[in-house]
Amino acid sequence: MGHDVDIRDWYISRFKDFENSLNGESLKPIHMLRKEAIEGFAKLNFPTTRDEEWRFTNISPILRFNFKPSLKIKKITKSTVEKFLFKELNCHLLVFINGHFAKEFSRTNNLPKGVVAGNINREISNGSELVGRHLGKYANHKEQIFTALSTAFTKDGAFIYVPDDKIIEEPIHILFITDTNGEQLLTQPRNLYIAGKNSQVTILEHYASVNEGLYFTNVVTEVVAGENSIVDHIKLQEESVKSFHISRTEIDQERSSNFASHSISLGGEITRNDFNSRFNGQGGECTLNGLYLLNGNQLYDTHTMIDHANPYCNSHEHYKGILDGQSRGVFNGKIMVRRDAQKTNAFQENNNIILSSDALVNTKPQLEIFADDVKCSHGATIGQLDADSMFYLKARGIGEEKARTILIHAFASDVVRTVKIEALRNYFEKILNDRFNK
Amino acid sequence: MLQIKNIHASIEGKEILKGINLKVNAGEVHAIMGPNGSGKSTLAQVLAGRQEYEVTKGEVIYNNKDLLSLSPEDRAREGIFLAFQYPIEIPGVSNTNLLKTALNEIRKYNGQEELDAMEFLALLKSKMKLVEMDQSLLNRAVNEGFSGGEKKRNEILQMAVLEPKLAILDETDSGLDIDALRIVASGVNKLRSEDRAIIVVTHYQRLLNYIVPDFVHVLYNGRIVKSGTKELALELEEKGYDWLKDQKELVMN
Ligand SMILES: Nc1ncnc2c1ncn2[C@@H]1O[C@H](COP(=O)(O)OP(=O)(O)OP(=O)(O)O)[C@@H](O)[C@H]1O
Ligand SMILES: [Mg+2]
Repeated sequence: MGHDVDIRDWYISRFKDFENSLNGESLKPIHMLRKEAIEGFAKLNFPTTRDEEWRFTNISPILRFNFKPSLKIKKITKSTVEKFLFKELNCHLLVFINGHFAKEFSRTNNLPKGVVAGNINREISNGSELVGRHLGKYANHKEQIFTALSTAFTKDGAFIYVPDDKIIEEPIHILFITDTNGEQLLTQPRNLYIAGKNSQVTILEHYASVNEGLYFTNVVTEVVAGENSIVDHIKLQEESVKSFHISRTEIDQERSSNFASHSISLGGEITRNDFNSRFNGQGGECTLNGLYLLNGNQLYDTHTMIDHANPYCNSHEHYKGILDGQSRGVFNGKIMVRRDAQKTNAFQENNNIILSSDALVNTKPQLEIFADDVKCSHGATIGQLDADSMFYLKARGIGEEKARTILIHAFASDVVRTVKIEALRNYFEKILNDRFNK
Repeated sequence: MLQIKNIHASIEGKEILKGINLKVNAGEVHAIMGPNGSGKSTLAQVLAGRQEYEVTKGEVIYNNKDLLSLSPEDRAREGIFLAFQYPIEIPGVSNTNLLKTALNEIRKYNGQEELDAMEFLALLKSKMKLVEMDQSLLNRAVNEGFSGGEKKRNEILQMAVLEPKLAILDETDSGLDIDALRIVASGVNKLRSEDRAIIVVTHYQRLLNYIVPDFVHVLYNGRIVKSGTKELALELEEKGYDWLKDQKELVMN
């Protein structure tokens, strides 16, 4: 406990350095929010396994280090950046290094008029009205200590605004690269995506690291899916296996909006992903899919919350995990169907394959249904590769390793298959191959 | 080609096969019949290498090799093919992919060139005709949502593509209508040759009108209690298995 307080004080004292680094920007209205957040942060406690929401995820390893908030960008070469790009993918590109926007590597060509795809720091400096209206409105910093930490140190992150009726054909690839160079850094991307009425956009949020460093990424992303908009979101987390990654994505869904997210998680020693979506109007559609491949001592925790606050909305969740070594998986899927949310369809599924006797999964659906005319279902499985299928493949001449790879592919395929971008599907296939076809 | 010597096998501590002896030469077709639960599938699975069945006694020589010491995949690569009584559904694995991977793994093992996509498709097309299988089933996941008959035909398609030396068909005829039965039988008959052998496990004499066996064996309570020629199948059809209870004593004594 004492340690937790020390580490909290450490971040509070770092806030002074941060303020100094802002250099005049602290006169902007957003700074009020930062200060409010750091005050709130001082009163909150880091969660322990006694907190229901963190029961299976012990974050004390994260609190053992005095991570230094990353205050400046680091120079890296173009070829380093290119290592993380998808060659066959035509896209717009936003690159952040250690949490700071790297304009020279970013490119956003031929965006429709009025579309903004860039960094939030610039918007803040320009006094963007949209930022003022939306930032911090969905991810409340008052209850969640990591959101408070993020809000207090709000500096940079991706900002995307798609005005009404605009369609962005090519995906926007947002690449967050961390290069620690031996420093124990804290980077805190703060992202805001706003899709106007009838608009459409595809966003790839990609976290990677140059080396296998020990650092902490604390992300808060807010998504506003306007009426009848289509927002396709992919999150690829392939950070250093020594890193910590805590992320919260809040989605505000207006009437008839369609939000889909695929979260692919590979890296990190401890990763926590919260996806929370709220239907603010009728006819919304929300898909949350995920795939996690864990090994060694990795711990991966997904918490989702879908708030069916309005009728005629559909949600589908499908998370799949493949666990090896002594890894741990945690899934907690909460579905809230409020009293007026008739004709709700909510489906949730979490399947896990355990490849070693030491890996472990804790999975829990949490359905709270207050309407009567609804269709909800949930299921969870934890098991090994199917022995009958294994034998069938072997009886056809296919060797142990290959048979395993085939079955793991097959297991992962219904999540991978629903990723709309072909270049990414191929990449995920390749990852599966590299991992399991030794 | 195959010599089974006094095989005893058990599962979960329960002895199912209680001393099986059987010799199969190249070019021969053997039919194995017998009541439910007598151990026919157990024998087939033991030959294919299913580890859940523990062989407690006896040996199996296949083409001068100690079969029981080979892994299931190596048995398949050495030319053994088991058509499953209940083919397994494998969601997410395409039928075509399974076939191509299997064929190339077997070819590789035998020092042959792997087939590229074009060559494989050409081969596959010709074999498809043989079993009159619908193209659409190929792109689907292995056996997923296939009807009983489609599953059985899929087994025969796999057999036709892999061209085994020893094919073991476990009730591939069960549940088939007469048209499907003819297709399956013709698939098997096309495979018949001087250097191949076939073991068909069946409950029904009618299959043996199409695949005419050289020998018929009756498996009863874990033992082969009677062997004969194709006339034995007709006799069994007529009399059932009860009269063999006495026969069993005869064999044992
Ligand atoms: N996995 C298993 N666990 C326990 N008992 C088993 C298992 N598999 C088979 N048996 C038992 O072994 C015996 C022989 O089964 P087997 O499937 O070999 O019979 P069969 O002759 O093929 O019958 P059928 O004609 O019904 O297919 C049966 O009593 C069966 O219940
Ligand atoms: Mg059987």
